[in-house]
Amino acid sequence: MSPAIRAKGAGKKAFINARLLDPVKQTDKTGGLLIEDDTIIKSGADVTEMSVPEGFEITDLNGACLAPGLVDMRAQLREPGFEHQETIETAGKSAAIGGVTTIIALPNTDPVIDDVAGVEFIARRARKVGLAKVFVYGAVSKGIEGREITEMGLLHQAGAVAFCDGVKTISSARLLRQALSYSAFFDGMIVQHPEEPELSKGASMNSGELATRLGLSGVSPLAEVIQIERDLRLVEMTGGRLHFAHISTGESVEVIRKAKKRGLKVTCDTAPPYFALNENAVSDYRTFAKLSPPLRSEDDRQAIVAGLADGTIDAIASDHNPQDADSKRLPFAQAAAGAVGFETLLPIALELYHNEHMSLLEVITKLTRTPAELLRFKGAGTLNEGTAADIVIFDPDRPWKIDPYQFHSKSKNSPFDGRLTQGRVLRTLIDGREIFTEGA
Amino acid sequence: MSVMGPAADHYPHPHLLGIEGLTPGEITLILDRAQHYAEKNRSADKTSNILSGATVVNLFYENSTRTLTSFELAAKRLGADVINMTVGTSSVKKGETLIDTAMTLNAMNPDALVVRHGDSGAVKLLSEKVNCAVLNAGDGRHEHPTQALLDALTIRRHKGRLHRLTVAICGDIAHSRVARSNILLLNTMGSRVRLVAPPTLIPSKIDRMGVEIFHDMEEGLKDCDIVMMLRLQLERMEGSFIPSVREYFHFHGLDRAKLANAKPDALIMHPGPMNRGVEIDSEVADDVERSVIREQVEMGVAVRMAALELLVQNHRKTGGQP
Repeated sequence: MSPAIRAKGAGKKAFINARLLDPVKQTDKTGGLLIEDDTIIKSGADVTEMSVPEGFEITDLNGACLAPGLVDMRAQLREPGFEHQETIETAGKSAAIGGVTTIIALPNTDPVIDDVAGVEFIARRARKVGLAKVFVYGAVSKGIEGREITEMGLLHQAGAVAFCDGVKTISSARLLRQALSYSAFFDGMIVQHPEEPELSKGASMNSGELATRLGLSGVSPLAEVIQIERDLRLVEMTGGRLHFAHISTGESVEVIRKAKKRGLKVTCDTAPPYFALNENAVSDYRTFAKLSPPLRSEDDRQAIVAGLADGTIDAIASDHNPQDADSKRLPFAQAAAGAVGFETLLPIALELYHNEHMSLLEVITKLTRTPAELLRFKGAGTLNEGTAADIVIFDPDRPWKIDPYQFHSKSKNSPFDGRLTQGRVLRTLIDGREIFTEGA
Repeated sequence: MSVMGPAADHYPHPHLLGIEGLTPGEITLILDRAQHYAEKNRSADKTSNILSGATVVNLFYENSTRTLTSFELAAKRLGADVINMTVGTSSVKKGETLIDTAMTLNAMNPDALVVRHGDSGAVKLLSEKVNCAVLNAGDGRHEHPTQALLDALTIRRHKGRLHRLTVAICGDIAHSRVARSNILLLNTMGSRVRLVAPPTLIPSKIDRMGVEIFHDMEEGLKDCDIVMMLRLQLERMEGSFIPSVREYFHFHGLDRAKLANAKPDALIMHPGPMNRGVEIDSEVADDVERSVIREQVEMGVAVRMAALELLVQNHRKTGGQP
């Protein structure tokens, strides 16, 4: 594998002359950071070349950005069960290059993560691999079959950080009601894939002119908001915490904006394809742009950007979904949905900054602090003293062309193939160990 | 001669994947050539050796006796060697993928592949992996270009033109590749297209393709030059698109009374196979004065001869290099 991914020993390190992006203090200023072993011991404007104590190995970042490592709240690692598509190790390498230091993995593996043993297996594998920190969602229903709830409390105690049914909608109103109401006793969060399953059955792209021209069955964008509106009623009824994953339509943004105003405990995220691409990416039956939810219209894309900018959309997740070539080199309707996302997460998110929709600090906050807060992680998404030294150092301006064949993920299914973009990760540190160094 | 200008002097594409992207001149070129074969097919001397030595493979992933026979006959009348491969959907599932099949056939150096597949876009995907000419014989709900061309030839023979006609395409638009190819062709040639169907069978935003939409059959047929009926594709329907066949025929089946709204010399067309008593009444289907359904079948062979000739000749010139 690449020599770039290796752990340099921890120890006493100082980074100076950084553009320090601190999403907790909400500051964006020149400064530095001191790390001792696995912990941040100091960060701020007063960490300069002059102030670094004796014994620290000093790195001058010459103005490169330094932020907490990215916290990716939606990714599929495909292990166990689908190791030909991705493993915890290849995903960890891919994440390291993308600046992701904490991953929350979906439970739709084989076997499904619906019991304590599954949660422990993932934790053990991730520790052994020693790259990104991996946490899991526990399944909401046994076998993600949508019928009975899992042992949510025990799963939570074993380390499941929240609950979802993978890429399936929790469609039974009764099941979702029970899950929301039961998980409230330990402040659990349920994550919904909002897509009304009956309306979206058999569909492979967004409905509209393009689907009609291509002769593909389309799913109406309303399938998303219909699910969200029903679920909001259940949140109101139960007082549970519900998070909508990868929202993709303008109507969804609008409905969630209103619900938040009413004080409901709802949050949501989106993924880079939904603010950087629209349905035209599937012209010519390009299966790499087949996603779930599907890419939407240009109006929807703009509404997602607006929702990110005004804070309606809380977080940005990669929605990393590795699929091998054989699952994609098929007629469009038969091809698998999904895209790999770790290595394009930061640069595509930075387009929001380069296009002046959001400040750099706002973009970084949605990639670090907000997902960490939603998942109740105290030690991630922060540069606070005493927290784990999980950090990313990046050049926000460096231009490059996305080439999936350079990806470290086992799968190469990216809708951003060939895109010219800006922003490259230079170094990734986890617990003070430098696990990725650009160009090394 | 069409107001859309003269025929193109050559067919510039390596494949025929759809009507989309063809110019009026290219369409006229194919139709002129097909008209030549239509005459020849009625004579005693039906065959030629223009494609002698060429190999044409008919690769059909959906059962179709009519289209397969039409393509086979077209290739044989041009002197080509023909192999028919009918691949059932079930054997596809356990067997090799579409791309593997394409690569395997490609290794045998055919000059043309005629492909029918149940998935939209499948024929285009296959065309990217082979270096012979590919002819789309129908992909999912996307396109069926030779059907639109044979319909156009039939219309032109009766009306003398393809512009300034009003054509009503009626029935199961949602599941029809024939409808999409016909809309594209008729719009390209300068005719007006109306779609007549219950709302559940009209795909979303199809008005953006430049058509008028009617749900009421009598209104939709008013003063039409051509009434093109589509087969109700019950096998492609997931869920309830229509309440019953009886109700469908009552509101949207073509019978004498509804036909009376069209122009007195309106042609009745159907791509076949017909569901008699579902979308069309036998009385109008078999009306020798108005129905050109059998002539459509006849023109099918002629159009496919023209398309195969143009594509294989292109392939021979370039040796398979695009």
